[in-house]
Amino acid sequence: MLLGPATAWLVVFLVLPFIAIAVFSVGERAPEGGYQAAFTFAQYANLPARATAFWNTMVLAPIGALACLLVAYPVAYYLALRAPQRWRLILLALVVIPFWTSLLMRTYAWMYVLGGRGIPALLAYIGFEDVRLINTPGAVLLGIVYGYLPLMILPIYVSLERLDRRLLEASADLGATPLSTFLSVTLKLSLPGVMTGFSLVMILLLGEYLIPTLLGGGKVFFIGNALVDLFLQSRNWPFGSAIAITLVLVSVVVLIAANRISTRVSGARRVDLI
Amino acid sequence: MRTFVIAVFAFLYLPIALVVLFSFNAGRHASEFTGFSVQWYGTALANPFLVEALKNSLFIATTSALLAALCGTAAALGLARVGIRTRAVFDALLGAAIVVPGVVIGISTLVALVQLFTVVNPFLASIWPDDQPPRLALGYGSIIAAHGLFSMALVTMIVGTRLGSLDRNLVEASSDLYATPLTTFRSIVLPQIMPAIVAGFLLAFTFSFDDFIIAFFVAGAQTTLPIYVFASIRRGVTPEINAIATIVLVASVLLVVLAQWQLRQRKPSN
Repeated sequence: MLLGPATAWLVVFLVLPFIAIAVFSVGERAPEGGYQAAFTFAQYANLPARATAFWNTMVLAPIGALACLLVAYPVAYYLALRAPQRWRLILLALVVIPFWTSLLMRTYAWMYVLGGRGIPALLAYIGFEDVRLINTPGAVLLGIVYGYLPLMILPIYVSLERLDRRLLEASADLGATPLSTFLSVTLKLSLPGVMTGFSLVMILLLGEYLIPTLLGGGKVFFIGNALVDLFLQSRNWPFGSAIAITLVLVSVVVLIAANRISTRVSGARRVDLI
Repeated sequence: MRTFVIAVFAFLYLPIALVVLFSFNAGRHASEFTGFSVQWYGTALANPFLVEALKNSLFIATTSALLAALCGTAAALGLARVGIRTRAVFDALLGAAIVVPGVVIGISTLVALVQLFTVVNPFLASIWPDDQPPRLALGYGSIIAAHGLFSMALVTMIVGTRLGSLDRNLVEASSDLYATPLTTFRSIVLPQIMPAIVAGFLLAFTFSFDDFIIAFFVAGAQTTLPIYVFASIRRGVTPEINAIATIVLVASVLLVVLAQWQLRQRKPSN
């Protein structure tokens, strides 16, 4: 009985909608837009029509997640193993706050920095005229790293913080160099956190809309942009549903792959964020 | 390494600091700070569309977070006493509600609700006695429900974690001393999980208040604050948006700090 409201909510607003788009994705587009019942895989066969959006997403999402990881790991490492005790909680809070702060506002901040009156104006001042930063793939990548850095830092921090420090001492006592201790103990044991962060960031990036729209200026199209277009502008719902289903399938593959890798290497499945 | 970490924190906070700084700019231009002024806050709060959007967002965030806190807490309590199978199915659904990208949640809710309305509205019209049957449409309800889905899953997880670390002995001692289950719940369990419920509520509120993409799909004719801000950003950067952004940032930061503080309070010391 306690589970009643939650079950109803999950069924009506998660399971049924998902079935609805699955049904739509094998349907046809009605002449005036919207949906017409059918059973065809034509929508899926038509996916290459949005190849650019898929290509941009499938290239920039992994690169973005990787860039996030490269920046996040040293920060998480410092927070978990090197930061002075009294600073740790404060620094951790400073990571959590952006995580819960509006992505729209944070992306807007970069429009400001990269826009004509931001860094380009400063560069012009010291002699580099006409530098274009906003509305480029580079700007989108920067926005991605900025937006998702906290989400990458947190799980890595959690897995590093749980690490048994005696293992590090043991490794050093047995004559391992700091580098090989890092590679075979620290990195290996923090891999569940790395994989959790990487897969979460990847999946959220697959559906990203705000960052490519605001920092890519209509030049860098993501799957999210294609979906907004198909559902809110050109109203081709069956085709949009096929794209959404594909997106979910790719996400599932990413999650499973991440779980497999961390299970194989370190034996632990995943890191819970909460 | 310390230098690198300091640089990363600067990277995280400098752009935000710039937005806040320029919200107090006396001039209109972003490149030069011409003096301190709060005029843009006045302009923002005198804009009726903006105030309307702000009120909508506050209403939606409060309602969806309240519903999520209630249903999520109930679900967490219920999950503590079901079989392992039911639990696994529920955990998978809750995980999906949290992990599925907002754009997919928005789309699927839109599709399902529009489909539902095309069935329900003619039906309501046929059974209604007069010419003014109620018409279901996208709006407050659909945004609240779609936001609540994520929030409820979040609350269930946070409260569930806290329930898991609850001292079972206290509950047993309470019933040994002839407390009714209700009394035990009110005087033993509830006080201990309260910080988690409050934290869940605050995080749910923040999520709903900040969400753009789900609301973008299911808002129908309604406007929330992020939808309004998104539309104005696309028309260009103005100090007025900086003022709104600053207000939203400060509000979010306060709520998150409050939530974290609640979560750390009276945490069982194990």
